[in-house]
Amino acid sequence: MDRLRFASVWLGGCSGCHMSFLDLDEWLIDLAEQVELVYSPVADIKEFPKNVDICLVEGAVANEDHLELIKQVRENSRIVVSFGDCAVTGNVTAMRNPLGSSKSILQYVYLETPGIQGPLPCEPGIVPVLLDRVSPVHEIVHVDAYLFGCPPYPSVIREKLTELVAAARNESAPVAN
Amino acid sequence: MAVKTLTIDGTLVTAQAESTVFDAAHEAGIFIPSLCRLEGVTTTGSCRLCLVEIEGSNRLMPSCILKVDEGMQVRTDTPRLREYRKMIVELLFAERNHTCAVCVANHNCELQDLAKSVGIDHVRYEYTFPKAEVDITHERFGVDHNRCVLCTRCVRVCDEVEGAHTWDISGRGTNSRVITDMNQPWGDAQSCTSCGKCVQACPTGALFKQGSTVAEMQKDRTQLEFIVTAREKKQWIG
Repeated sequence: MDRLRFASVWLGGCSGCHMSFLDLDEWLIDLAEQVELVYSPVADIKEFPKNVDICLVEGAVANEDHLELIKQVRENSRIVVSFGDCAVTGNVTAMRNPLGSSKSILQYVYLETPGIQGPLPCEPGIVPVLLDRVSPVHEIVHVDAYLFGCPPYPSVIREKLTELVAAARNESAPVAN
Repeated sequence: MAVKTLTIDGTLVTAQAESTVFDAAHEAGIFIPSLCRLEGVTTTGSCRLCLVEIEGSNRLMPSCILKVDEGMQVRTDTPRLREYRKMIVELLFAERNHTCAVCVANHNCELQDLAKSVGIDHVRYEYTFPKAEVDITHERFGVDHNRCVLCTRCVRVCDEVEGAHTWDISGRGTNSRVITDMNQPWGDAQSCTSCGKCVQACPTGALFKQGSTVAEMQKDRTQLEFIVTAREKKQWIG
């Protein structure tokens, strides 16, 4: 049986969800019999590939790079999973939202608080530009399944992935939500 | 003692005439979710989570303030009720900045438990991300408006059990906030006796003991039970 094409991406999050995924230890070997890892922050692959079956999305959409990547993810993946609280709710990444636009946040952090004395970071093409509002993934693209927790427990990730792998094998069946 | 016989979810239930549908259901082992209701203080029927359907009526009724009636046919768990309950809890999450992962009440929170029990895995409404204050001017307690669901348990427990009426609500709609005294910092509220009943009554991490860090809070309702028993039964049982 062909292996499913599996990916994970890391948007505005702390990578804790990926750490929790890695905490699945030897089960990852079993998973590798079912899926082929085609894109991930833990693999050196530059471009998000086409025809992905399942993609875990860690983190909220917080900057222009995230926005571009999540659109690529949606376009090229059958099952998009919001992976962890930042992806599902915005969580800690979205705690800046009540404080105003990205400009006012940067001014507050880089100019007004003690410690850092400017200048405002501005490296076009190198440092991605912050969006004014951090959004959970489903506010930007359609999401097929949700895995909450900060981070989700390894056992919960395992249960959901088992379910999604089975769903993805059966192409005609509606995706579990 | 007058009793009434009614049907709840197809089960015949007998309850005392003055009983509410909510209490009758729970005595019969039928679970109805609730949030603003708190044993020992008056019920307000404001959170709408305990809404039920009554045969012959188009109106949904809050079961916590609805008295039982002879022959009444109640449904507590229909697709319509399930959808409304889900919607209510999602709107509560969208209305403030709950950020469970960094909350003192994480894993010990009635709002989280509710979300789980009504089957929420994400919020379908746009988060409002309001600017909400945290007041830690009181020497022992704090109020984090980001996590308040406006259930008014603090208002009622402070007024009815402690007799201080330090807490109240100001504003309307999404601008509503719980306030202390004349909308002063809690630390300046002279009527507050620092008894802490509001902290124990609060279903979320909105009211907290200072010094509690993420996920450390444990609710202790025994002090409320103690006083309610003492007042109602004249028994001082610790």
